[in-house]
Amino acid sequence: MIALSDYLILAAVLFSLSIAGIFINRKNLIILLMCVELMLLAVNINFIAFSHFLGDTAGQVFVFFILTVAAAEAAIGLAILMVLFRNRRTINVEDLDTLKG
Amino acid sequence: MENIYLLIVLSPLVGAIIAGFWGGQIGRVGAHWVTSAGVGIAAVLSLFVLYGFISGDNQVFNGSVYTWMVSDGLKMEVGFLVDHLTAVMISVVSFVSFCIHIYTIGYMADDEHNWPQESLAGKNSYQRFFSYISLFTFSMLMLVMSNNFLQLFFGWEAVGLVSYLLIGFWSVRPTAILANMKAFLVNRVGDFGFILGIAAVVMYTNSLDYAEVFKAVPGLADTQIQIFGDTNWSLMSVIGILLFVGAMGKSAQVPLHVWLPDSMEGPTPISALIHAATMVTAGVFMVARMSPIYELSETALSFILVIGATTAMFTGLIGIVQNDIKRVVAYSTLSQLGYMMVALGASAYAAGIFHLMTHAFFKALLFLAAGSVIIGMHHKQDIRDMGGIRKYMPKTYWTALLGSLALIGFPGFSGFFSKDAIIEAVHHSTIAGSDYAYAMVLAGVFVTALYSFRMFFLVFHGEGPRDEHAREHLHESPKVVTIPLVLLAIPSVCIGYFTVDAMLFGDWFAGALHVLPQHDTLGELGKSVHGANSMLGHVFLSPPFYLAMAGLFVAWFIYMKQPSLAEKIKGLFAPIYTLLDKKYFFDEIYQAVFAGGSRGIGSFFWNKGDRKLIDEIIINGSANNVGRFAGLVRNIQTGYLFHYAFAMILGLLFLLTWFVIF
Amino acid sequence: MQFEMSSLIPVLPEVFLLTMACVVLVVDLFLKDEQRIVSYALAQIALLLAAGLTVAVGSAETQIIFDNHVIRDPMSDLLKTTICLVSAGAFLYAKDYLRDRDLFKGEYYALGLFAVLGMMVMVSANSFLTIYLGLELLSLSLYAMVAFNRDSKAGSEAAMKYFVLGAIASGMLLYGISMIYGATGSIVFQEVANGIPNTDMNDMVLVFGLVFVVIGLSFKLGAVPFHMWVPDVYHGAPTSVTMFIGSAPKLAAFALAMRMLVDGLGALHADWQQMLVIMSVLSLATGNVIAIAQTNIKRMLAYSTISHVGFILLGILAGTQEGYTAAMFYTIVYSIMALGGFGIVIMLSRRGFEADQLDDYKGLHDRSPWYAAMMMLLMFSMAGVPPTVGFFAKLFVLDAVIRVDMVWIALFGVFFSIIGAFYYIRIVKIMYFDKPVDDAPLAPVGMDTQVLLTVNGLSMLGLGLFPAGLLTLCSAALS
Repeated sequence: MIALSDYLILAAVLFSLSIAGIFINRKNLIILLMCVELMLLAVNINFIAFSHFLGDTAGQVFVFFILTVAAAEAAIGLAILMVLFRNRRTINVEDLDTLKG
Repeated sequence: MENIYLLIVLSPLVGAIIAGFWGGQIGRVGAHWVTSAGVGIAAVLSLFVLYGFISGDNQVFNGSVYTWMVSDGLKMEVGFLVDHLTAVMISVVSFVSFCIHIYTIGYMADDEHNWPQESLAGKNSYQRFFSYISLFTFSMLMLVMSNNFLQLFFGWEAVGLVSYLLIGFWSVRPTAILANMKAFLVNRVGDFGFILGIAAVVMYTNSLDYAEVFKAVPGLADTQIQIFGDTNWSLMSVIGILLFVGAMGKSAQVPLHVWLPDSMEGPTPISALIHAATMVTAGVFMVARMSPIYELSETALSFILVIGATTAMFTGLIGIVQNDIKRVVAYSTLSQLGYMMVALGASAYAAGIFHLMTHAFFKALLFLAAGSVIIGMHHKQDIRDMGGIRKYMPKTYWTALLGSLALIGFPGFSGFFSKDAIIEAVHHSTIAGSDYAYAMVLAGVFVTALYSFRMFFLVFHGEGPRDEHAREHLHESPKVVTIPLVLLAIPSVCIGYFTVDAMLFGDWFAGALHVLPQHDTLGELGKSVHGANSMLGHVFLSPPFYLAMAGLFVAWFIYMKQPSLAEKIKGLFAPIYTLLDKKYFFDEIYQAVFAGGSRGIGSFFWNKGDRKLIDEIIINGSANNVGRFAGLVRNIQTGYLFHYAFAMILGLLFLLTWFVIF
Repeated sequence: MQFEMSSLIPVLPEVFLLTMACVVLVVDLFLKDEQRIVSYALAQIALLLAAGLTVAVGSAETQIIFDNHVIRDPMSDLLKTTICLVSAGAFLYAKDYLRDRDLFKGEYYALGLFAVLGMMVMVSANSFLTIYLGLELLSLSLYAMVAFNRDSKAGSEAAMKYFVLGAIASGMLLYGISMIYGATGSIVFQEVANGIPNTDMNDMVLVFGLVFVVIGLSFKLGAVPFHMWVPDVYHGAPTSVTMFIGSAPKLAAFALAMRMLVDGLGALHADWQQMLVIMSVLSLATGNVIAIAQTNIKRMLAYSTISHVGFILLGILAGTQEGYTAAMFYTIVYSIMALGGFGIVIMLSRRGFEADQLDDYKGLHDRSPWYAAMMMLLMFSMAGVPPTVGFFAKLFVLDAVIRVDMVWIALFGVFFSIIGAFYYIRIVKIMYFDKPVDDAPLAPVGMDTQVLLTVNGLSMLGLGLFPAGLLTLCSAALS
């Protein structure tokens, strides 16, 4: 039997991976977008696990909403990426430094 | 009655506001009509109130009309206390003020000559002037009708403000600006004492209301307080002297008298109204009003007595050597204010107020006469250039003569009764300093007669004006000028005779003024003198009459009979002459010690404190450091996404550890 | 769960706004370029009617509907009305700006209306799910709006940064929500609040959840250290969008804090108070200090926002009725001040010129005394100079903080306000005492905009002289 804590640890690991990916990755913006998705998936695992172990469906409902929103978010993220690339001809994270100070 | 009192106070204010804010719209005629009407209403109603008290129909009114705020039980109100004292004061103030309004119409008629062309300040100056004097009347009425210390202070400061505005009315003249600055600064010194005194009153009685304070003070009579170190001070003396310091500023007592002669830079109607008849007597009124406090402190009374006597004598002496017609009258005012203070110090409050009243009339008269002469002489004020004006300005001449006789206390004139009463009251006084005061006021009679008639003879008698041009243009002033002269001459002559019985020996002021039995000098006097006729009967038995006559004679002899004598005496007593001419070097000393000292201290603090320490180190130093720091810190915002994310993670970790550990 | 038509009435403003947003989107398809004003007009009508509807359906009682997921109470009424009006103001200011830059498109208004809808959903949320949906609706619309000028390098960079950081923040918020859900077994605020006392064994999970939730919230507010997006986004976005982001969403963020922290996690007040203290102190310090070093007024106002957020947090962390009232007062006042401040920036800019450098304000008084006077009022209000309303906003917050015996943090707030006063008053100084560098005549501005600016500027004075009205509204909304 897999315990609740196992799921939680898995989710925490995924979450940390995604965060690490965001600030360790200095090259590609697309990887950033992937990390963001990963983060949401980690949250989903949390919700499902809690939902299952609490015997409450609200968590699963929440997951559906998160998935939906994540889709919208990805759409907007990619659209912004397109605009950025069109203007800058690069999607290198390190090049995004004109606004600072 | 409350509405009448409100109307008395507010009608001059309404006039002032209309003339002040809409002077351009209503024009000159509108301005002088609206202000004169306002003050006229106040004057008529004041006389009505006075009549009510004389006939006994009026009751003493003491009530508040508006509560401004209540703080910690301390009520701050606008209220009126109308008793016999107030009735006399408002009548004098509003009547004299009304005369002055009329007079001003003539005096200021060609005021535009006093301003440079195209001067913005000169625009509507006529209306502004009327607005100011009406505002003054309002302030003065507020002051004398007040039933609490706060309103008293308001009136006190408001009259000071108007005085400041009017001394510097011709704001394009540097001398006027200096004079109003001087008046302002010297009055600040006095006001500082005054407000400390009020603060002490509030501190120990927790009330601003006269009635409550006066009820509370007998219980505090023996209270001792410690101000510096362990020395004990009588609370009543401290309060009394502090309040009197305020009176010294406003009523120009030595050593705070220096502003009054300079205030003559203002237009003459102002000199008459504010700096002779009414405002400068506010100090006298205040001390009389506070008689329940002063009676409890013989120290304060002695202090007043000595200061008053010194002022009476020594400023009179200066008057002898002055050559500016207005300054002579100004020094005479100082001297007479000294007399009033002496009366207060001798606990003869009624005599002080009585002299205040008579003086208001004859001094206003003298000033207006001087003003009339000044108009005739085209704004020349040096009496050595005048002479023989009697022929050209008969009305001015006769009224000035009546005023001068009243001033020197010629028997039967109003000044005689008030001044004699003061001298006799001091004679009966037993407190410390009364002997000195008696000597001073007696000698002062001689001096008064001397300077008054010196000026009178030089101006009106003798050879005509030396200046041919001036002589051609000399003529009597218009009716708006002479009518007030006549209006004021009547009370100058006879008001003393008709009121002395009631005010000094009757019970007119019973309830308003408070005198302890052991201080009752007027009561003592009343035992030997029984009214006006009795006073006249004693004329030839008392020294003041002979002294006054002597002064008159000396003036005639030196300045009419043997004009060369004046120069000889001047040469003979050169050091004394210089001393007097320089006004005992008060101005120079103040300039060197206070002005110079303050400037020294000021520039020290400015250089070392303000510029070095505050500006350079504290302000600029911290600003520069913060700015440099800001420039450094902004580098945290690198612009890199991963740094931003990293910062968020750091924040997250920090908060998590915070909670895991604590 | 039963669905009743009557439960639609409290959400009528939201339903109406959603409809109108769709209407704008569709109608815009059939409009020629010169008819865009119709989209604008529809959007304005939508906002004003939504505000009217909010007032109409509002009442003093609280209604909880949709299976406890939505709440309508006096606080939501006041905040929604303010959000609609402030947004309408932002649209009005933006009209000429957008037209000058060929950005006058229906999408702008559709996105704006969706963002407003998102804010209203947040304000009315009674569960973590609703609040998340509202937040995402708002955020996604704002990401798109920041990148609205598709040819702007700065705009796309700002949008990217905003998007990535925003996604991280919502990820953290969700992670926290999942933890709280796990610990208490519910996502509805009242049930969460009831569940907290029984969770002693899961304390760690709860605290984890709380920390993540507070971070998500702080990001939305822009509190240090989760503020990094604020200056870059304010700087890079078109000024009209900056104005929009800087004003109304702060009200929604305040509601977010009130709903989540007070309604849901009120029992953990002692815990989140400490977090807010740290962030508030950091925000006050960082915002005020770094603002001094800015030469770009949009950036400067961004840092100023951060410092104001510090004050709003101060009010919330006091944890008392007065504190919440003061924070609400502050937030409403701030949204109006920000609207006016950016409004001036917009009005001074013209085609090809952004008026976002401090130097562009030199001698503004000589060029337009009225703009300068209004700007002065706004700056004084932001600095907290009496008698402007900004003074009272700060005063009420400090008063509330002192009442809970946190004197030192009040002193801290005052200290950094003094430092902050420097850069606000510097603007007044350069407007009035410096010689203009830019002599080009000011772009003509429509009457409607001028009236709005005047009302906006004078309201600083009016609300400052009579602060009691708004304060009573806030206090009634929270009682």
